Amino acid sequence: MSANAELKRPKAPGKLKHYLTAAIVLLLLWGSAIHTEATFGELIEGFPNMFDLLEEMFPPKWSYFDNIVGAMLETIRMALVGTTIGAIMAIPVALLCASNFAASWWIRHPVRFILNLIRTVPDLLLAAIFVAIFGLGPLPGILALSVFALGLIAKLTYEALETIDRGPLEAMTSVGANGIQRIIFAVIPQIQAHFMSFTLYTFEINVRAAAVLGLVGAGGIGHYYEVTLGFLEYDKTSVIIIFTLAVVLLIDYTSTKLREKLL
Amino acid sequence: MIKSWNHIIQKPKKNRYRWFIYLALAAVYIWAFAGVPFTGFKETAGQITKAIVTGIFTPDWDFVYLPEGEDLLRGLLETLAISVLGTFISTLLCIPFAFWAAVNMSRTKAVSGSGKMVLSFIRAIPEIILALMFIKAVGPGSFAGVLALGLHSVGMLGKLFADEVENMDNGPVEALVSAGANRLQILWFAVIPQVLPGFLSYTLYRFEINMRSAAILGVIGAGGIGTPLIFALSTRNWDRVGIILLGIVILITVVDMISGAIRKRLV
Repeated sequence: MSANAELKRPKAPGKLKHYLTAAIVLLLLWGSAIHTEATFGELIEGFPNMFDLLEEMFPPKWSYFDNIVGAMLETIRMALVGTTIGAIMAIPVALLCASNFAASWWIRHPVRFILNLIRTVPDLLLAAIFVAIFGLGPLPGILALSVFALGLIAKLTYEALETIDRGPLEAMTSVGANGIQRIIFAVIPQIQAHFMSFTLYTFEINVRAAAVLGLVGAGGIGHYYEVTLGFLEYDKTSVIIIFTLAVVLLIDYTSTKLREKLL
Repeated sequence: MIKSWNHIIQKPKKNRYRWFIYLALAAVYIWAFAGVPFTGFKETAGQITKAIVTGIFTPDWDFVYLPEGEDLLRGLLETLAISVLGTFISTLLCIPFAFWAAVNMSRTKAVSGSGKMVLSFIRAIPEIILALMFIKAVGPGSFAGVLALGLHSVGMLGKLFADEVENMDNGPVEALVSAGANRLQILWFAVIPQVLPGFLSYTLYRFEINMRSAAILGVIGAGGIGTPLIFALSTRNWDRVGIILLGIVILITVVDMISGAIRKRLV
């Protein structure tokens, strides 16, 4: 009787797959640790240096604040201009990508492919390349941020475009609207809140990105990290970090609240 | 005559402060665009663009593998290694943060609120700044990059993990409580099985982001493919810039594809 009950019990699923996954992950970690020469000994050895660094960073030298306000404003300006340019360029690109607007496979997929390529290049690398082309200053930074914003906003917008309700479009067609009228009265009201939300989101990301673009010479506050760290003036570096944090958190907070209202 | 035919639906009332908002936006934009020092492009800009584009189409294939080291494959492998280790460290570090920041895991809202604030604070420090500081601590090299990614990713992963914990179904937890399980048993049999797929999926997602970050860490000397790229850019070796860019794009695309395929199966 009891043996019979034992037989009917379902078998536990095999664990081999989990073991194999764990083994692969461990192998990957082990290989990576060897390759990067990461050792805990080094970390423990380096830890006191870390505290020395923190000690030198405090108290922050608040008087340095006056020197960096201009650079901070430039950072915000770069993010704003870059995001706006990218957002404007993203509109036609998104229309070309959305399956319910661009009829031909041959338009849609190549454009999407280029968008994917754009999004694989990290923004700081883009900035470094633009600095090589256009020289030092905020202009290459703005261009890098625009390209990044284009890639992100166009992708999010075309995905949103594909999910819009077809009803208003059909209603407009049935009363004899032309293409432009259909877009103005049936598409834009459905998509504009999403589009603004994506733009604000990209602006948040771009503010963070703009804060470090200066490291490759593309304008903004990032340049001052190099200056102060190079002269070992850590108390000034901490002022920059605190200022950046405050601005980023403030912009994040405002933008999140705005986005909540939009959607 | 039916009256309702003549009844015109009123347009929704517009916000009275609308014009004020438009004016403020316009002012912000005038300020922003007026401040851009547009002095025209350098005369060499066209030439260099052409050189870079030709460089991408005629890459320096010899750089892919050099016997003495410092080649493309080793750089890319190092980038991959930095991002694997960085993601691993941050996954381990962020789990306690996630339970701290999840509303349903703490008694008062103050506890989870403070956890969320700490996480957004960590998130706000760019990884490249963290890398600059870790370079001072452990010296230049990929280990500094690993530590920077490991710490920075905690901010985002912790928040995503906390959301996952908050969305958990409370039924299994209550069932285990009613069966007299202790806290460790509840965690092991009710919480972890529910949150694990989400955790893994977010970890992979963060791994994709970390790949991109790891590719730029070399700009400041924290290891990876960024160092040879910056070097090639500053020595105007455009063919080499071309092959490195190509390598980065291919590596990131492949990693995205593999990780995306695994994520689809997980959730």
